[in-house]
Order: sequence, then C-alpha cells, then structure tokens
Amino acid sequence: MSKMTRKTRHDIFIHAILILLVMVLAFPVYFALITSTLSFQESYQYPPKLIPGKQFMSNFQEVWDRINMGRLFFNSTFISIIVAIVKTILALLAAFAYTHFKFRGQGLLFSMCMITQMLPLPVRIVPTFQLMASFNWINSYYALTVPFFASTTGLLLFRQFYLTIPKDLPDAARVDGASPMRYFLQILVPISKTNIAALFVIEFIFMWSQYLWPLIVTTTAEMRVVQIGIKMLLASEQIAPEWNVVMAATVIVMLPPLVVLMLLRKSFVQGIAMQTSK
Amino acid sequence: MQEDRFPGHKFLPYLLIAPSIAVIIVFLIGPFVQSIRESLFVSTPFGTKTIYVGLRNYVRLFSSPDYRSSVIATFKFSAFVIIGGLSISLAIAQLLNQKIKGVGFYQVALIWTYAISPTVAGVIWASMFAPATGLIPYIVSKLSGGYTLNWMTNGNIALFVVATAATWKMLGYNIIFFLAGLQNVPDEFLEAAQMDGAGSWKAFWRITFPMLSPTTSFLLFVNMLYAFFQVFGLIDIMTRGGPGNATELLVYKLYRDGFIHLNTGFASAQSLIIFLVISVVAIIQLRIVTQKAIYSR
Repeated sequence: MSKMTRKTRHDIFIHAILILLVMVLAFPVYFALITSTLSFQESYQYPPKLIPGKQFMSNFQEVWDRINMGRLFFNSTFISIIVAIVKTILALLAAFAYTHFKFRGQGLLFSMCMITQMLPLPVRIVPTFQLMASFNWINSYYALTVPFFASTTGLLLFRQFYLTIPKDLPDAARVDGASPMRYFLQILVPISKTNIAALFVIEFIFMWSQYLWPLIVTTTAEMRVVQIGIKMLLASEQIAPEWNVVMAATVIVMLPPLVVLMLLRKSFVQGIAMQTSK
Repeated sequence: MQEDRFPGHKFLPYLLIAPSIAVIIVFLIGPFVQSIRESLFVSTPFGTKTIYVGLRNYVRLFSSPDYRSSVIATFKFSAFVIIGGLSISLAIAQLLNQKIKGVGFYQVALIWTYAISPTVAGVIWASMFAPATGLIPYIVSKLSGGYTLNWMTNGNIALFVVATAATWKMLGYNIIFFLAGLQNVPDEFLEAAQMDGAGSWKAFWRITFPMLSPTTSFLLFVNMLYAFFQVFGLIDIMTRGGPGNATELLVYKLYRDGFIHLNTGFASAQSLIIFLVISVVAIIQLRIVTQKAIYSR
C-alpha cells in the first residue's frame, strides 16, 4: 500500500515537471502565434500582450503581398521535396550495392561516401559557388538542389538495416530467378518503408532550413526561399520591426516541417531507434 | 566484408553507386581540393588575377585579432549549445524514460522543436528580447526594479541570447536520440545495480551513462556541426555578428570574408582550419562508436 502511494506520488511529481517543461519549451512559439494576430500598435504595447488579437488574416495578406510569399513557399517546398526524394533514391541504391555485392575498391568507395559528413558546405563554399557560376547555375533550381544530393545519413540508415536482413531473402530471390534489380525494387525497397519515411523527415527539414547557400546562389526575388523571406521582412524595417507581420511569416514558415514531422513521427522515431541500437 | 549475394553481376554495384560517387566527386571532393589550393593564393581586388602566396593567408589569419575573437566566440557559443543542450536533453529524456503514462504524448510535445529552422528560432527569440519593447526586457525590468536589458548593446548578453535560441531549437532532436538510446539500456543491468545497493544516481553514472556513449558521441558530433555551421541563419537574422563582433562566429566571418569582402583565399584558409577541427572530432566519435561495438558483444 505505502509502496503504491509512493510510486503514485513519484509519478505525479514527474508529470508535473514534464508538463512544466512542455510549456516552457512551447512558450516562444505561443508568443510568436500571439504576435502574429496583433496589429502593429498592439505588438508594441507595454506590457506586451499575451492574448490573441484579430489581425492574423491581414498580417498574413501583408506577408503574401510584400515578399511574394506564395512564390517563396513554392520554392522551398519544391527544393525540399526534390532533394529529399533524390537523396533517398541515391542512398537506397548505394546501400544496396554496399551490402549485397562484393566488388573491387568497395572499402575505398565506401569511405568516400563517409567523407561527406566531414565536408559540410561551409568548408568548401567558395569553390562550390565558383563551380555553380561556371555551370551557369547561379539563380537556378539546379544550384539550390544538386549540390545536396549526396547523403551519408541515408546510406548509413539503409545499410544498418540491410545488414540485419537474413541472407536467405536475397538467396531465395536469386534461386527464383529474380534479377538483382527486381529483388531491389520488389522486396528491398518495400521493406525499407520505415527508414524511407524517417529519411524523408530528416532531409525535408534539413533542406527547408537552408539559409546560407540560397542566400549566396540566388540573386532575384523570385528565386528566394522562405527563410530569406523572413530576413527580407526584418531588414526592410530596421528601426521598428513590424513584429506582427514578421511573426505571421514565421508561423507560415514553421508549419510545413512541423506537419511532415508529425505525420511521419512514428516511422521517424522507429528509424532512429533502429539506428541507435547497433 | 559480406558475401556477394548476386555473383555474376560484376558491373551492377558500380552502376548503383555511380550517382552518389559522381555527386561526391563533383560537388564535395573537387571543391574541397580546390579550397586547399585557393587558400594558398590571394586574388587582386577586382578578382582578375591570383597570386601565389604560400601559407601567408594562414599567417595572416592567426595573427588577426578579429579571427582570434571569432574563435573564442565560437568556442563559448558551441560549449554552451553542446554542453547545455545535451545535459538538459539527457535529463528530460531520463524523465521520459521513467515508465510513466502518456510517454507518447510527451514525446510529441517535446520533440517538435526539431522541425523549427534556426532562422525561425532566431527571429522568435529576437522578438522576445526586443530591446525596450520585448517581453523578456519587460520582465527583467519589473523584477529588478528598472534594469534595462539591451542585448543589442551588450556583447555577452547577445552571445547568451543567440546561444539560448540555438540550444532551444536543438532540444527536440537531442531528446529523441537520448530517449532512443536510453530505451536500449537493458533493465536487468539497472536492476542488478540496484540490488547491489547502488542508488539511482550512482546507477545512472555507472551503467546508463557509459552505455549511452555511442549516442552521446554521435550527438556531440551533430551538435558541433550544428553550432559551427547551421546556426548561420540564426546569427544573420539576430545579430549579424554584432554588437561589435561579439557574435561573429567562424562561419559568419567566413561568409563575410569570402562573399562580402570577396577575399577568397583568406576565406578558403578559414574553411580548411574548420575542416581540421571537425575531422578530429569525427575521428574521436568513430573511435567511441567502434569501441562500443567491441564490448557490447
């Protein structure tokens, strides 16, 4: 009996801390949401307002008109989806090769893929930019997507999983006369669903957050991405930022990756669990 | 390493990895090698000619007080983001791992900051801290009886605010990984330790923490990459390296020297130094992960 109550008390205590943490963590976003519904005057009220106003639609309209948000939103969505898909395909193919075949130079070529994570964009940014210029890719979707196509994360995620597949599976497929590609497409890819979803979440969020590279390789307003849109709204109002309008933009920019994460959360968490339990 | 599952397909594996390898050679290794080369040159003001200068870019870098202050700022910032962020996340993950009800709910309610972009994190925190009118300066002024908190004129506060925003954004990611890691620690180990009379605090440091080392070292590496590079947007939106150059982190300085001052050789030298630092950490991380593979067997 006394043990029960101690356990219950202990649990209530933990719930209390966790709920407090959830609220503290969410507060900045709550604050952004509130600000996005205020008028300009209300957003500068002292003390700051913590209950919603009624101006969200007009702030939203303002964002749409002033920085051509529709176009920026399309650009970000487009490049994030393209990069996530291509990265996934390349990683699937490479992981298949590294786990189901034996070939000369395998070790070396694998280390070459692993090197990707030691060469993030900033350590090669000047020459990569020059390369874009020499391809005539500045201000194009090519520049915004192609340099991101290699993925160590994806390769490791799929490789880890493929190494656990019993060898009877490919052997049976071979005995049945299936070609390697047929085995890959009809068996391997379908059973990789969870990892594919997990990788999609990771790469979508990664691409959606890109800021430095788009800043450098795009030169016209219609090729900008949403992250830079926020900056454009802020920079035009250096002295007294229109926080209400800026926050309306921020709320829009926040949504797509959150939706992707929440929709694919189960697979994402599972994919990560799989990766940490080597 | 493993056996050939489809003998007789000699060219297929090369074909399968060709796209990845092509991207890596053209967009990663090529530019990286070029970056090494460029760090040995300086270009004339209009970029018409380049002159070989040997290691002079590096010498200039190490004797520059601006660079030194950028290194120190990056060090402080990263230490805050990595140590602060990882400790808080581990504590939260440990709370979540207490076999309480509603873990699924808390998981959702705590991991979403992962989906927030650094830029978004930056702009929200900048608005909360907006001098004179923001919420936090208001609270500080009420609590302290009139103190004006202005992070835009105080370098230390500015660094603290950008680091806090950066840490907040990363909590979700770190919590997911720590929680996954904690769930892999077998209960029997902890029960055995408790049977031997070890308190839960002791059991955590003696058993849980060492068993988490692959997760921790992985997160250490990811968080370092984050603190070094991905926070660029956050800095650009919050402070642009200011006030003075209090928040001019290495990646921001690199951008300024390379793309605003068009000093490509100087910027490339900075790239290389950063690369060396990451490689060292990457190698240490790999060591820890492979070590675990040995004793977990």
